[in-house]
Amino acid sequence: MAELTLNYAQGDAATRADALAGPAGPKPRRALSRRNIFIYGTLIVVSMYYLLPLYVMIVTSLKGMPEIRMGNIFSPPVEITFEPWVKAWAQACTGLNCEGLSRGFWNSVRITVPSVVLSIAIASINGYALANWRFKGADIFFTILIFGAFIPYQVMLYPIVILLREMGLYGGLYGLILVHSIFGMPILTLLFRNYFTSLPEELFKAARVDGAGFWGIYFKIMLPMSLPIFVVAIILQVTGIWNDFLFGVVYTRPDYYPMTVQLNNIVNSVQGVKEYNVNMAATLLTGLVPLVVYFVSGKLFVRGIAAGAVKG
Amino acid sequence: MPSVVVRDVSLNFGSVEVLKSLNLEVGRGEFLVLLGPSGCGKSTLLNCIAGLLDVSQGQIFINERNVTWDEPKDRGIGMVFQSYALYPQMTVEGNLSFGLKNARLPKDEIATRIARAAEILQIEPLLKRKPLALSGGQRQRVAIGRALVRDVDVFLFDEPLSNLDAKLRSELRVEIKRLHQKLENTMIYVTHDQIEAMTLADRIAVMRGGIIQQLDTPQAIYSRPVNRFVAGFIGSPGMNFIEGEVVGGAAPAFDAGGIKVPLDRYEFGDGGARGGKAVFGVRPEHVALGDAAAAMPCQYDVEVEIVEPMGSDTLVWGKFAGQNLSFRVETERAVSVGDRVRIGFDPGRASLFDADGGERI
Repeated sequence: MAELTLNYAQGDAATRADALAGPAGPKPRRALSRRNIFIYGTLIVVSMYYLLPLYVMIVTSLKGMPEIRMGNIFSPPVEITFEPWVKAWAQACTGLNCEGLSRGFWNSVRITVPSVVLSIAIASINGYALANWRFKGADIFFTILIFGAFIPYQVMLYPIVILLREMGLYGGLYGLILVHSIFGMPILTLLFRNYFTSLPEELFKAARVDGAGFWGIYFKIMLPMSLPIFVVAIILQVTGIWNDFLFGVVYTRPDYYPMTVQLNNIVNSVQGVKEYNVNMAATLLTGLVPLVVYFVSGKLFVRGIAAGAVKG
Repeated sequence: MPSVVVRDVSLNFGSVEVLKSLNLEVGRGEFLVLLGPSGCGKSTLLNCIAGLLDVSQGQIFINERNVTWDEPKDRGIGMVFQSYALYPQMTVEGNLSFGLKNARLPKDEIATRIARAAEILQIEPLLKRKPLALSGGQRQRVAIGRALVRDVDVFLFDEPLSNLDAKLRSELRVEIKRLHQKLENTMIYVTHDQIEAMTLADRIAVMRGGIIQQLDTPQAIYSRPVNRFVAGFIGSPGMNFIEGEVVGGAAPAFDAGGIKVPLDRYEFGDGGARGGKAVFGVRPEHVALGDAAAAMPCQYDVEVEIVEPMGSDTLVWGKFAGQNLSFRVETERAVSVGDRVRIGFDPGRASLFDADGGERI
């Protein structure tokens, strides 16, 4: 009896071994296949291409002038000094003013924050109205608004100067904030309209049956569901407005120059020695804000998109 | 006293006429089902009654009050949507109370109403959960609850069971019926599922192309459809249509390529037994086989071509006067392809339609 069971078990094992002889489970992949070498090789070369200039900037900004004059731009600093960073932030001169970049930084903050808040607030309401409260002429309104995105900025520079002058806003911060808010409108409205259109229409109908009005639905139903698109809009606007040079230089007086304009003035000043280390540090400082925004909200962004993908 | 009245309502989207001067009266406590294929305007009509769409023409009355220009919240309706449409960021309790808070009801009143609705729908354990953490059936219950707490006379359902799987659908169907018996309020229910319509409705309005084709009790629609469209839409498996001619006179008959069906038992409409091309419709379940066939006034032999076992019974396809004819056979009876079987039916239970317009003769 025991023998029989054993035989049976053996036979069973044999059939199982037969079945397992052929391909089974996941197909094995070699770590160093031609495909992998090609993919990772390309990725490494491309990232080198982009990271090398950054490396040179960081390294140079940490060197003293004598070391820079030796000409080895790729070599790491022998003696690390933060002097150029301090100088760039607090002492670098533009014209007669020697307060460094700090003034431009705060100007940029005072321009960017209200512009971002204002443009996103208005554009999200625009998009919501266009997506959910279809009014007469909505399509024409939308078309005109989108058309604004395709008109080159240069064409509008001078007319806006006149407009701002007539409104008494030329040269100050408020004028520039207004310009930034208006120019963010087409693309942001498109962004929000498309997002709100993608939300289920029945949700909006249910809220109407529940007695919520225009603002009630916007604040209590739509806003809480729209975190991902707000993050996208914030990234777009913060980087766009912070990096803007053209509007900043055209519509403000030197006292209110944003950081980018001031950076240009520091780097391109023709008097005296070219302080490469200070220039590099100033450039890095100016680029820091968009970088931080990318790193911080990038994560939020991905999380927001992932949360939005799960149907509610 | 009617609860909902739709008077001459038309709706156009641009040049497209979705509803064409439509009239409808729904009695108090009645369960009315709007049934039709997609694009027939049934959901549009419901949205017009709810006030979510403005009508192009006509009036809508709810509880004898003209609500044509009123906002949805002021019409005294509750609505349940196909996709549940629960607010994802709120808990079940938040979903139920949202409308009541908007109406600025006192807190204790809100609590009482939620407790009552939760008890009726048995969703008390779910009150603190978010919609994401609920199953499809639970979500739909909450959606019904949201209409329930509004304490209104008219409930509007927009294909509420279409997103559920077959088993849950039949469970919730029974529950909706139970709910209606308990609450006794007016319900208007949109669906494209004729089984839902037949099982739930006091009356069914079959719609096509923005026009109500027939408005009657489920039984009347099933046994005396007014036209070929209604006949084909109601009933599963669908009605058999045999093309031929009506021969009028003292002994009217239906002539399908030489095979004569006597129509002396058929109840003709107002037009009487006119001669001419016609379509003879008979439901698969009204065709008898074997001994039962022998009792029928009309009997014919057909050859079995296809056998479709469906569990509860078997659908058999054959040729009658050269045209396809299906009939239902009990599962126990062994029928195989190639058999010649004797079938019989009663023309009194059949329907005759005009070949051109498709109207009932």
